[in-house]
Amino acid sequence: MAKLKSYLTNPIISENPVVVQILGICSALAVTSKLETAIVMALAVTFVTAFANFAVSIIRDRVPNSIRIIVEMTVIASLVIIADQLIKAFAYNVSKQLSVYVGLIITNCIIMGRTEVFGLKNPPLPSFLDGMGNGLGYGLVLLTVATIRELFGSGKLLGWTILPAKTEGGWYVPNGLLLLPASAFFLIGLLLWGLRTWRPATGKD
Amino acid sequence: MLEHYLSLLIKSIFLENMALAFFLGMCTFLAVSKRLETAVGLGIAVIIVQTLTVPVNNLIYRYLLREGALSWLGLGQVDLTFLGLITYIGVIAAMVQILEMILDRFAPKLYHALGIFLPLITVNCVILAGSLFMVERNYTLGESVIFGFGSGTGWALAIMALAGIREKMKYSNVPAGLRGLGITFITAGLMAIAFMLFSGIQL
Repeated sequence: MAKLKSYLTNPIISENPVVVQILGICSALAVTSKLETAIVMALAVTFVTAFANFAVSIIRDRVPNSIRIIVEMTVIASLVIIADQLIKAFAYNVSKQLSVYVGLIITNCIIMGRTEVFGLKNPPLPSFLDGMGNGLGYGLVLLTVATIRELFGSGKLLGWTILPAKTEGGWYVPNGLLLLPASAFFLIGLLLWGLRTWRPATGKD
Repeated sequence: MLEHYLSLLIKSIFLENMALAFFLGMCTFLAVSKRLETAVGLGIAVIIVQTLTVPVNNLIYRYLLREGALSWLGLGQVDLTFLGLITYIGVIAAMVQILEMILDRFAPKLYHALGIFLPLITVNCVILAGSLFMVERNYTLGESVIFGFGSGTGWALAIMALAGIREKMKYSNVPAGLRGLGITFITAGLMAIAFMLFSGIQL
């Protein structure tokens, strides 16, 4: 039981896919200017990694090694299509803001990496938990970066005003730099620095 | 007409740089930029694959997937756009495979120089994103050739520039925790800000 739990909790901090394994960076940078898009993206990725890992694990003994990549691709692409259609149906505005990044979950290296490293070698239940844990670890970084960017970049969280901006009669002068995509690079770089100082064991290049 | 294509080319190389304005292909961008030589090889491979796949996916979208595209079969109302993602990734994987065989047969030198990078391009999100942007912006066939070439070139330029900077950075004294990838993130961030100076240009 404790082992099963560790599949879920390990990837959240100590083996975090984004800041420790440096995977799935593209979307972590591009969708984090607002908390809302980051939440939807994190949910979509968690859904896809968990079920892709689960599905690949079920068929792992029946797939010849030489065609495994294309099988994994097909599984992942089908799941992403489901996620994409669901987001379009229930959160159309967010799907417009995410634009191509939902489709790009297919090439998100976290998912491919987990099915290759874990799903192909382990039974379905641990694979499902591992996929979910990695999705949550990815989500944690996304939400951290998005919270900082939205709160200090526009003084709002999820569209609610937290720090009233000077242009609207408040006192806070929004930091425009944080709304630029480049700031995500700095934030993740600093996050990496912090983590490696706190836990030097996570640093490996 | 020529002017339109030229401005699209400049726009896709500099203004809408795939790496530094849209953050695509970041995993490879950060992982394969340690040495300038490998960065150049990967950059060339991306340009070739991108220039080929975007127009091919454009044709598939126009004549098979788009709503009403199947009217030449008498199936006017069929809308297959939801199959887009799985088709594009299939086309990309197939194109990379074909390109690999052609290069192996006719240009073995280039094939060996590219090595592992060619197959890895299948899972590089720049390529898939090129096709998705093409659909989202509804490019014509001519535009999609230019856009494919331009966006590939833009990405190649960015990774070569980053690799050049990282080679020089070996000699600088970076704080321990920031060494390696940490400082690379910060460098890439500064490069992205530098690329923003293009954004004021009207074409």
